[in-house]
Amino acid sequence: MSTRATALVDRELRSPSYLQNGTDLRSWLLTTDHKRIGILYALSITFFFFLGGIAATLIRMDLVTPAADLLTNDQYNRAFTLHGIIMVWFFLVPSIPTTLGNFLLPLMLGTKDLAFPRLNLLSWYIFVVGGLLTLFALVVGGVDTGWTFYTPFSTLYSNSHVLLAAMGVFIVGFSSIATGVNFIATTHMLRAKGLTWMRLPLFAWAMYTTSLVMVLATPVLSMSLLLVTAERAFGLPIFDPRAGGDPLLFQHLFWFYSHPAVYIMVLPAFGVVSEIITCEARRRIFGYQFMVYAMVVIAVIGFMVWGHHMFVSGQSAFANLAFSFLSFVIAVPSAIKVFNWTGTLYRGQIRFSAPMLYALGFVGLFTIGGLTGLFLASVPLDVHLTDTYFVVAHFHYIMVGGSVSAFFGGLHFWWPKITGRLYSERLAQFAALSMFFGFNFTFFPQFVMGWMGMPRRYHVYPPEFQPWHVMSSVGAAVLAFAYAWPLFYLGWSLFKGEKAPPNPHGATGLEWQTRSPPPKENFDSTPEVTAGPYKYHPRESTPDEVEQAQKPQEP
Amino acid sequence: MADDLLLHEPFENPARQRVAVPFGMWAFLTTEILFFAGIFLFYAHSRWNGGQAFLEGAKESAFWYGTINTAILMTSSLAMAIAERANRLSVMPLVRAMLWLTILLGTVFLVVKGLEYHKDVSEHLVPGPHFKLEHGPAEQFWAFYWTATGVHAVHLTIGIGAVMRLAWIDWRSDLSRRDTLIEATALYLHLVDIIWLTLYPLLYLAGRQ
Amino acid sequence: MLPEASTLAPHIDHLLLLLVGLSAVIICVVSVLIFGFAIRYRRGSKARRGRLPDWIARDVELGWTAATLFVALFLFWFAASMETSQYEVPADAMEVHVVAKQWMWKIEHPNGQREINALHVPVGVPVRLVMTSQDVIHSFFVPAFRIKQDVLPGRYTETWFNATKPGTYHLFCAEYCGTDHSKMTGGIVVMPKQDYARWSRGVNTHGTLAGQGARLFRQLGCTGCHGESARVRAPSLAGIFGRKQPMSDGGFKTVDEAYLHDSILRPQKDVVAGYKPVMPSYQGIASEDDVVRLIAYLKSPNGGAVE
Repeated sequence: MSTRATALVDRELRSPSYLQNGTDLRSWLLTTDHKRIGILYALSITFFFFLGGIAATLIRMDLVTPAADLLTNDQYNRAFTLHGIIMVWFFLVPSIPTTLGNFLLPLMLGTKDLAFPRLNLLSWYIFVVGGLLTLFALVVGGVDTGWTFYTPFSTLYSNSHVLLAAMGVFIVGFSSIATGVNFIATTHMLRAKGLTWMRLPLFAWAMYTTSLVMVLATPVLSMSLLLVTAERAFGLPIFDPRAGGDPLLFQHLFWFYSHPAVYIMVLPAFGVVSEIITCEARRRIFGYQFMVYAMVVIAVIGFMVWGHHMFVSGQSAFANLAFSFLSFVIAVPSAIKVFNWTGTLYRGQIRFSAPMLYALGFVGLFTIGGLTGLFLASVPLDVHLTDTYFVVAHFHYIMVGGSVSAFFGGLHFWWPKITGRLYSERLAQFAALSMFFGFNFTFFPQFVMGWMGMPRRYHVYPPEFQPWHVMSSVGAAVLAFAYAWPLFYLGWSLFKGEKAPPNPHGATGLEWQTRSPPPKENFDSTPEVTAGPYKYHPRESTPDEVEQAQKPQEP
Repeated sequence: MADDLLLHEPFENPARQRVAVPFGMWAFLTTEILFFAGIFLFYAHSRWNGGQAFLEGAKESAFWYGTINTAILMTSSLAMAIAERANRLSVMPLVRAMLWLTILLGTVFLVVKGLEYHKDVSEHLVPGPHFKLEHGPAEQFWAFYWTATGVHAVHLTIGIGAVMRLAWIDWRSDLSRRDTLIEATALYLHLVDIIWLTLYPLLYLAGRQ
Repeated sequence: MLPEASTLAPHIDHLLLLLVGLSAVIICVVSVLIFGFAIRYRRGSKARRGRLPDWIARDVELGWTAATLFVALFLFWFAASMETSQYEVPADAMEVHVVAKQWMWKIEHPNGQREINALHVPVGVPVRLVMTSQDVIHSFFVPAFRIKQDVLPGRYTETWFNATKPGTYHLFCAEYCGTDHSKMTGGIVVMPKQDYARWSRGVNTHGTLAGQGARLFRQLGCTGCHGESARVRAPSLAGIFGRKQPMSDGGFKTVDEAYLHDSILRPQKDVVAGYKPVMPSYQGIASEDDVVRLIAYLKSPNGGAVE
């Protein structure tokens, strides 16, 4: 009997899928099911992603000419601040953990739900409240401090709605903390029988290390925003230099969160990419233990490199050297990951499905992003490059090229599991390719103009930079298409797509051992684990797994 | 301690859940410590930079209010600890009495704090144009005072609310089957007290011989 | 492209070329491997497959980990040694003061010349910039010289350069500072020495910076307490710059620009041993420009020696 036929029988006999388990609004808004909360988060961050995208579009359109023709100076400042705040705190930080992580972590651990289901729902509501407050700040006039809220500009000089935006970000921090605590407790307490730490899929490891960073870094941001609020709202002299305060103290507190925040964005991407590459190359991950330790090391050292944002800020030369050293050191685990993904392809059975294209695109973009990180880790070169478009390009390569590619890859890869439908492979491959080319077209020119000295956050600029800006804006148009396009074919698949079998990719993870979409309890019988993940290798696998690995896969 | 713990959704065995809830709370307390670490860093920085002038500001704090409040809060912490132990032994009348004592003492703390705030305001110890002392580090001390005690008071209020919730559960149903909840609440309340124990010397003993 | 107009620039460009070269090699290796594997091991191809012995995987792994670590350490050493040499400001450097405010650069030359959003310097002379801000954080960025330094309120930050090519170069504010951040730009004019000498004689109407400071020293009433015959007891300021002052809370402080700046604007911060903290703050009375002049005066050979 084929698996598909079994699935059909199951669906009739057993409990309904999580999507059919109550369909009114109340059953969604009061749900404690991690899968539904994942969907709620997905809808919210999609909204914020396109909102941030609109701001980016305005910025790129305005920068086509050196003069100010589309936006005024204040409008431009508000646009890039909005873009930064929305994209960092309302899209990138929550993106993979709260959607794919929420959905998949309990499935991968073989449990019914996260350890604290109600806390999970609460975290979404906190997210929504923080988001609404930030949107309110936007509606009443916007913020012009940049996403970094640097004092004393944010506390004493800006005449925009800093308080509202800072409170919005402050509140959303608690949603990160709640998710982090929940994931950590779940990973420690609720792994299925036989699922030891060294048998965890890399995605689960990625969620675990990300949660550690969330839990340890976010509170520091909360306090620094609270201090900004105290100074701005009540006139308490905290960072005010006239009372002996130190604006650099704010920068230290801020980057103590915001550098690790980069790892909050990119560690989950590592997890997603590892899952996709192993499955689509049908190969055990190269050096599983190294991959795990690399993530742990990145999470730990990630806390010790924040000072590299401050090489020209006036901190001591000794501090510069120490932070520079640690920043070079953190390149090592990142390089290990790139080499191991490459090594995983060796002797594989590679299929170029859309998720695989996204994942390979991630490896390329992350490599460029990581290597340009070395430029910025060298103090003398950073002095020239910091606060220019070079930095803008560098962090977009990591956070957008890297994280967002992985997010889209993961979304496609697990789409059949989440929705129970198959999407059009051709259209998705086209989207993946246009994202890769559009991205490089947009951001590679920015490396060059950054080197030439084009400062960031400039509304008008000297004419010699114009060709590069035009190139970048043209690329951005391609990129915008690549981001919007999946909305159509994925939306189409929801209604007209072919029904997905439980395991359309022939993957080995626990999440594929249940129905698509899974029932509310995730598994019809409690799973037990007897071996490590990624059993794609022929030698130690059972005969039918070998067969499955060798036979041509349907798209 | 009987294993008649009230199980909630993903857990299938009580032993696991008994560990999981305090574990989650400890993880959360870590974030709280880092949260307060930010403002303590501000204190360290401005005291180091502000020198004598900073301590001149510290001398204005109301020593007796602070000391009495410390005693009150420690007693409330003790009551909470007794309640938690009594619950494990299922001595419900004692649990009830101690929960209410915790709530009462916590509220007294907030009232005393309010009186102290009133005194501070009337003595012009709010940073701004009418500040009593010289503009500068002394003002930074008071910026710290208002922010830190304010944040602490919010935490304590949340803590009192959590204990009230326990009292409510006790009234409506069976608290003895929820001992992980009471343990988590106790942990949180003790953290709030520890934060105060750190604040006390910084606010009331600094600058005094 | 970007001109190399300072002694530092070629060094930075070497470092850049080294890193670009290294990155190109790594990107080539990674993409050749990915594309190679992708083609050779595409699904259904006839290439040989099967599991590798474990030791190969482990050795390869350790090998590239070690190699990456050595490359990282080498790069750190290379960059750090260049950085440390950049910290030594030549002793004969010409000193120029920069006061930044929203949204302009105010420049004060030692001979008393003032400029806004422009800085004229001679070619081949090291120039040391001592900078402060009146309001928010700015950043002094000259791409052609490869220098950048944040300019903070309430403290002095420094950077230096030695221009090698005459010409006019961009000056940018690189730290976001509000509405007209992108218009806080200017020009650095590097001139041959004779032209510079002619320029600096040409427009000066104010007297030297130290001379202006001496005038302010009287106008602001500093002489009332710090003069020899003053009735209020305050420390004498004659030849004070560079000395070690004993502090009332024990310990010593070296009198430098930052110390003088704070002593004028926040006198209660460091009180000299044996004196009472009676000096009023000049915050709001002396602007940052005034403080620059006062310091220039106190640094000059006869500085602070009144009556």
